[in-house]
Amino acid sequence: MDKRKLKGWLYLLPALLFLSVFMVYPLVDVLVYSFEEGYNFASQSFFGVGWYNYSYVLHDPYFLQAVKNTFIIVLITVPLSTIIALVISTLLASIKGLRDLFQTIYFLPYVTNTLAVGLVFMILFKKNAYTDGLVNLIINRFGGSSIDFIDGPYWAKMFVMCFYTIWVVMPFKILILTSALASVKQDYYKAAKVDGTGKLRIFFRITLPMISPMIFYLVITGFIGAFKAYSDEVAIFGTDLNAAGMNTIVGYVYDMLYGNSGGYPSYASAAALILFSLVFTITCINLLISKKNVHY
Amino acid sequence: MKVILKNLTKKFQSYNKTGKSEVIAVNDFDFEIPDGKLIGLLGPSGCGKSTTLNLISGLEKPTSGQIFFGEDDVTNLPPENRGVGLVFQNYALYPHLTVRQNIYFPLENLKGKEKLSKEEMEKRVVNAAKMVQIDELMDRKPGELSGGQQQRVAIARALVKMPKVLLLDEPLSNLDARLRLQTREEIRRIQHETKVTTIFVTHDQEEAMSISDMIVVMKDGVVHQIGKPQDVYDHPVNLFVAKFLGTPPINVFTGKVAGGKLIIGTEEVMELSGVEDQEVYVGIRPEGFILQEDGPLSCDLKGVEVTGRDTTVVSTSAACLNTEIRSIMNAEIKVDAAQKCVRFALNPNKVKLFSAQTEKSIEFKAVRG
Repeated sequence: MDKRKLKGWLYLLPALLFLSVFMVYPLVDVLVYSFEEGYNFASQSFFGVGWYNYSYVLHDPYFLQAVKNTFIIVLITVPLSTIIALVISTLLASIKGLRDLFQTIYFLPYVTNTLAVGLVFMILFKKNAYTDGLVNLIINRFGGSSIDFIDGPYWAKMFVMCFYTIWVVMPFKILILTSALASVKQDYYKAAKVDGTGKLRIFFRITLPMISPMIFYLVITGFIGAFKAYSDEVAIFGTDLNAAGMNTIVGYVYDMLYGNSGGYPSYASAAALILFSLVFTITCINLLISKKNVHY
Repeated sequence: MKVILKNLTKKFQSYNKTGKSEVIAVNDFDFEIPDGKLIGLLGPSGCGKSTTLNLISGLEKPTSGQIFFGEDDVTNLPPENRGVGLVFQNYALYPHLTVRQNIYFPLENLKGKEKLSKEEMEKRVVNAAKMVQIDELMDRKPGELSGGQQQRVAIARALVKMPKVLLLDEPLSNLDARLRLQTREEIRRIQHETKVTTIFVTHDQEEAMSISDMIVVMKDGVVHQIGKPQDVYDHPVNLFVAKFLGTPPINVFTGKVAGGKLIIGTEEVMELSGVEDQEVYVGIRPEGFILQEDGPLSCDLKGVEVTGRDTTVVSTSAACLNTEIRSIMNAEIKVDAAQKCVRFALNPNKVKLFSAQTEKSIEFKAVRG
């Protein structure tokens, strides 16, 4: 190795050291944990090596519930929030006065604490002995009967969960999309106008392809973020998510480690690796699709 | 299709610290662009040429005045109903579409009666592509084309819907010098073949002079002169037009007319008639100087530049407003670069007089000695 190469490696060394201690080692450790059967936290001993932990996790109804919840949240909130954000940013881009005000308003949720927002949602949706909550009052007003969104049927809880998630992730998407829209050169629109292009056609044939790299960025990060959801669920349904039937995969991993039924790093590791392979697969599929559809 | 501008005015409101102010980008334009000609709108940056183009295309609404295409008043028509093709300075080709899709784009917009059959569209696209000689590149994306090729695609896209008027905004400014020469011939050729009335905007006088049938010289939103390039060059109406046209630029001296003589500094350089005694600016084209040992105008010689085709004598004079006087001689004339002083006689046809007060052109007759 010549001197130049050595110098290069030397510059990389701090980052490499840091990453291997805090990224690579734990990752390998998790992989090892996930295959150690009957691992005992106190005595640091295990019986054997095999697939048992994976098998246990995949047969655990709580885990299956968590997977189901996670998938529902991902499949509903990612497309919906992206589409709504696109509509809002397109409208924002087309207004002149008060745009800054609206942009600020739409961005506020982003700088607000998740737990605080969760509390607000709980107050809006919760039904208790004293009040049915604001949302139920509105439903009653239109002739519906009260539903307990926080402690009631599964679909109602899921509705609140998705509503909340969309509301929380939207500001960032709007921010990214408004700046993407603003970066599309006005000349394209002028050219389209001179050629008599209809508004919808301009949107689908010019605007959308032009901002497609940003949309796919949002979809990919959206998928990853939604798969890793946990704190949002805690904010609304409290820490005992299994009881509420609203647990997510990350929530399951946490419970296996530190929850009331916790102390099983092997199960947690297996679940974490299953989540990792899920996210990895979906991201790969996303990238493949985006290669075909994202222009330049 | 001829284009008529009638008292066309465009004002922009601008807001700054001192409050609202108004900028008149286009001030009372009143001229006619004849059918099938290539017209250059020429002027320095910010003179309102692009605004004029935008008004004609319909992208901007005039503050007052009217625009006619032939007999039709199009002042209030939106751009898509005017039948104009517009080529942007940076071409504005859709980067995600291939050359073919880009050229198809305007045709696919047509609706109702104007809608074309697939065969007709294909025919038109192929014709337009052939016209600008890009039929080999149809399946490439704009990003894979050179600047000149992109320019051609942009022109093809503008031509494909057979516009009544073709508008080009600074068509050559994004090309390098060699390509510029080539492309301007190309524009000339395409215009000749299609015979579509073409208006292009440029700040480059050489570009405008070389290919236009007619040029419109503008400054600060005011039209200064309209005419054939050679006429405008030979008979500029004022000092601005004289200075703006020609490379190297016209050499301007301060001088005066007294008793039938034109005086620059202290030297009587020419006898003339038909001009009252007054202070004047004397503009002398570079080709208007004749080296002559007993010539009436003396200048301090700074250097001699030989280009092969001709020789430029660079000199200075206290009376000259340019930093240096550039005079172009036949290459066969040998100039001794070591001498301190050169003397010139003047070709009266290349000498222009302008009033020192109004900067307007003064007609005169040279009296041959």
